[in-house]
Amino acid sequence: MTLDNTKQPIAARGDTADLAPVLTLRGITKTFPGVRALGGVDLALYSGQVTALVGENGAGKSTLVKVLTGIYRPDAGDIVIDDTPTQFQTATDASDAGVTAIHQETVLFDDLTVAENIFLGHAPRTRWGLIDWGTMRTQATEILTRIGANLDPDATLRELGIANKHLVAIARALSVQARVVVMDEPTAALSRAEIEELYELVDRLKSEGKAILFISHKFDEIFRIADRYTVFRDGEMVGAGMIADITENKLVEMMVGRPVGQVFPTRSTNIGDEILRVVGYSHPTEFADINFGLRRGEILGFYGLVGAGRSEFMQALFGVTKPSKGAIKIDGKIAIIRSPNEAIEQGIVYVPEDRGKQGAIIDLPIFQNVTLPSLGRISGNGFLKMAEEFSLARKYTERLDLRAAALDQNVGNLSGGNQQKVVIAKWLATLPKVIILDEPTKGIDVGSKAAVHEFMAELANEGLSVIMVSSEIPEILGMSDRVIVMREGRIVDECDRKGLTPEKLVRAAAGYEESA
Amino acid sequence: MLKRLKSRETILLGAIIALIALVETRFSGFAAPGNLASIFNDTSILMILALGQMTVILTKCIDLSVASNLALTGMVVATINAAMPGMPVTVLILIAIALGMLMGAFNGVLVWLLDLPSIVVTLGTMTIYRGVIFLISDGAWINAHEMSDGFKALPRHVILGLPVLGWIAILVITLFVPLIMRTPMGRAFYAVGGNPHAAVYTGINVGRTRFNSFVLSGGLAGLCGYLWVSRYAVAYTDVAGGFELDVVAACVIGGISIAGGIGSVGGAVLGALFLGVIKNALPVAGISPFWQLAISGAAIIIAVAFNAQSERTKGRVILKSAEATS
Repeated sequence: MTLDNTKQPIAARGDTADLAPVLTLRGITKTFPGVRALGGVDLALYSGQVTALVGENGAGKSTLVKVLTGIYRPDAGDIVIDDTPTQFQTATDASDAGVTAIHQETVLFDDLTVAENIFLGHAPRTRWGLIDWGTMRTQATEILTRIGANLDPDATLRELGIANKHLVAIARALSVQARVVVMDEPTAALSRAEIEELYELVDRLKSEGKAILFISHKFDEIFRIADRYTVFRDGEMVGAGMIADITENKLVEMMVGRPVGQVFPTRSTNIGDEILRVVGYSHPTEFADINFGLRRGEILGFYGLVGAGRSEFMQALFGVTKPSKGAIKIDGKIAIIRSPNEAIEQGIVYVPEDRGKQGAIIDLPIFQNVTLPSLGRISGNGFLKMAEEFSLARKYTERLDLRAAALDQNVGNLSGGNQQKVVIAKWLATLPKVIILDEPTKGIDVGSKAAVHEFMAELANEGLSVIMVSSEIPEILGMSDRVIVMREGRIVDECDRKGLTPEKLVRAAAGYEESA
Repeated sequence: MLKRLKSRETILLGAIIALIALVETRFSGFAAPGNLASIFNDTSILMILALGQMTVILTKCIDLSVASNLALTGMVVATINAAMPGMPVTVLILIAIALGMLMGAFNGVLVWLLDLPSIVVTLGTMTIYRGVIFLISDGAWINAHEMSDGFKALPRHVILGLPVLGWIAILVITLFVPLIMRTPMGRAFYAVGGNPHAAVYTGINVGRTRFNSFVLSGGLAGLCGYLWVSRYAVAYTDVAGGFELDVVAACVIGGISIAGGIGSVGGAVLGALFLGVIKNALPVAGISPFWQLAISGAAIIIAVAFNAQSERTKGRVILKSAEATS
């Protein structure tokens, strides 16, 4: 394909080679305390064309979607619609301007019907001001037929699968006369057949002249449906053009770029015997056939796209959910883990990703948070020994250099960084053999990141085995002794630190095998 | 947390003392030791039930079946006593506690294993337990003359100026302090209510912890079943009708967060005492029973507003200076 070759539906609409964009973003900048999420990015969306937005996790794609849909207001830059610069103060402004978004996890109402979901907020009215149910149903059916969705408008959304929910979201987008449709990883939760149907729908939306922004990590689908691409890296636009003019290899290179100037701690690679072995771990819906070993003092990185099943597997390993098959050996002996309590007893601890929700208990004082998983060890005759409780808490908070006025202070009164220290102290106090860190540096500033990395290296040097789930390539490359890549619930690659390149990781995670 | 709760308890204690002092200025003798002991004694059952309820509320649940549980166990032990006057009272008390625990366990199992919301479960069992009383008794009353003397005498027996009923409340409170503050189970109540997700990851079985709290609440309700029926020397279907709301109110006034995870033994006890003082003071002051209800209700709302206020001012700590001074 050549540059001026616009795909079929557009050609049918006449000469569109030098079409003006429907919507243009110019120099959009958005800064959060300590983090610049977007640094002056440009983006143009054209009627009847699909623009793929690609980039690593944390490249600023979600922030851009939020700017586009009026949820965030940019610090600088313009949103230009039909040559008129405008500003979205609220989500309603964006929707009035014809911008609508279909999110990965659809934001619809499970207990309302399909028709109600499509027309919520702009339902047709009778002249008495009441909702005109008849017209609403007819119009809903019309729109659903138009997108080829064979759905009962009276069905409640709860009865539908995720693919059909997407269809409802799309129908809703059409019902508000959207001109720009943002699709944020719409295929992440869909099956093969459902994805094909979605592609057809995207083609139909194109033929209706909608401008589509398609966010995806999957190269096959980008090359299947996109007309244009825009690549973000670290909050900047690093490339844009026609899909026809670029190869997959080039796109990967642009996405990954050169590793960012981050320094990782050096450590002695003093790796001991195997401490943990997982054999054939499977779950009915989340992951299958996970096999790997972990050695003493090793940092094992788990890389993959969001939703690849890494956290889900870790939760099963920790006993939160139950696997359907598989076995674990710890120190060569079969271990049975049916609950987090048993995992902790076996020396496995898990520091979850969402520390706010799953980490500290903010209404309890520091010392009680730290000792919570170790209560058995500090009690005698069923009662807690206060002196031992305090000394245990003091030992580990001091080790982590926690700055707090007193140990009986509420964790809720601490800053985020110190709360995290409390959570880590809590786990170290259980004297674990294996510590699972799920996205340990997500959402924290560069300085704190370095401190976490330093600490992780220290733990490994002391002989603790670390499993680090991370979606950040520099972190995976900088910290891991070995990396396992997961995709769609399975291990797709496993390699040593040596010979590991960002490109290799991205390809394995995205399911794009190098052809040559 | 300790500091804040302590100050809240101090405020509540201050309010109780102020209330007593206020009534004393108008009706001297109200603050006499004998009368205070009698108020404490009158509030004993409410205090015991509030402590059980507190453990349930701490875990983000609620037990609305306590009053029905109390009435049913009361009816059962009264029936046994009427049929077998020779059975020792201690055995009857043990039966009452066991039966109450069983009913609590029934609530707990539904909440734990079927993962049902506790308000729905206990709303249902509240009615069921009450209905069972009617089935047992056929709607008939068991009156004082049908009960044995020993059965009736125990709670009224005065030791050092305070009837045994009051001493039992003191015993329960004394046992509760270490149970809540110093055992892994007590700690688990706070953890489960404070952050159920985090509790799971620290190896605490959330459902089981809730089950424990229901059993505890049920057992105390069973104990109170005996105490109530023997003290008032009558058992009938509607004993303690609506009393579960007083119990919840005592907890709320005592600063136990209905959202779970926050509360103390002292708070529950003082909350109950506050209601007890109001209930005793208003008739003395010649205020009509309808006003009593309104005043109790107002006290609940003021307490909740107060708690909400203290929780709202917290905010996230981002400033270093805020962290240092907190």
